[in-house]
Amino acid sequence: MSEITLPSRLDDVELVKSIRTPASLSYEYMPGYEPSRFLQGVAQKKLIGLRCPVCTKVYVPARGCCPTDGVAISDPVELSDNGTVTSFCVVNVAFYGQGMEIPYTAGLILLDGADLPMMCLLQEVDVKDVRIGMRLEAVWVDDADLAPNLESIKYFRPLDEPDVEVVQPGAGVTW
Amino acid sequence: MADGELLTAELIIEYPFSRTTGPVIGAFFTALREGFIVGIKGADGRVLVPPFEYDPVTSEALTEMVEVGDAGEVVSWAWVKDPLDGHPLDRPFAFALIKLDGADTPMLHAVDTGGDESAVSTGMRVAAQWRDEREGHINDIECFVAEGASA
Repeated sequence: MSEITLPSRLDDVELVKSIRTPASLSYEYMPGYEPSRFLQGVAQKKLIGLRCPVCTKVYVPARGCCPTDGVAISDPVELSDNGTVTSFCVVNVAFYGQGMEIPYTAGLILLDGADLPMMCLLQEVDVKDVRIGMRLEAVWVDDADLAPNLESIKYFRPLDEPDVEVVQPGAGVTW
Repeated sequence: MADGELLTAELIIEYPFSRTTGPVIGAFFTALREGFIVGIKGADGRVLVPPFEYDPVTSEALTEMVEVGDAGEVVSWAWVKDPLDGHPLDRPFAFALIKLDGADTPMLHAVDTGGDESAVSTGMRVAAQWRDEREGHINDIECFVAEGASA
């Protein structure tokens, strides 16, 4: 690289080597009618799924339509806040905005009464002891802190019940 | 479900980027932090502000950085009637190309006339209004104002 000559006023000062260029995108997020109903249920410690009138599957959290049958669904089903681990991932990598001590476990939990699992955080269990088929229960925030968002569920923890057999999603599906 | 029960929430997505400057742009930002403006001499002897690492015509590496004035002439401008978040000013202002004294190319910055569009014109003389606390960033110049005025 060629030698750069600077005005003498810059001779004895520390040179800038990097600048901050943060980007920020501001949205107003609208989850839609059925997700709004789900979140309002959460604020009352209820987990509400929707049943498809064609395939009878119960989705949670539901978007208001059945991805298999392409029909609008609005038949609410109140589900248990207990469920079963169908898949999980031990997170060993730190990243910006994580807000968790590593390692921790992110899981998919099939709530009792539901047909599709949803994402959850697993705590009060060593990451080495997490397994598919493990029974879990929700740990909610204090009633005064309940709000229409998923932070109302602090995490899921093991339930003192025997493991159950998990039928993996998609098994037995015919197209 | 009734309309009134539809939820909305503010959602802000932020990326904490920083970027390295290289020696030429780094010197430009260093000078801003120190309260003055530098450009670089092009292959044809013209003074380019802000400075380029490579000549825009011949592509050769440029090396001779020079100080220019912190006042100059508006050569083009656009009025911003409704400033957005992230704009340099929160009242109506002009984005202007300003050819600084001693420079041969214009630099983009904001011109503040107190919200008065009729006070901006091509050819007007403007001067940099420096921030008291500077960190080596283009915003170390708060804006330009009509020469002789101080906002």
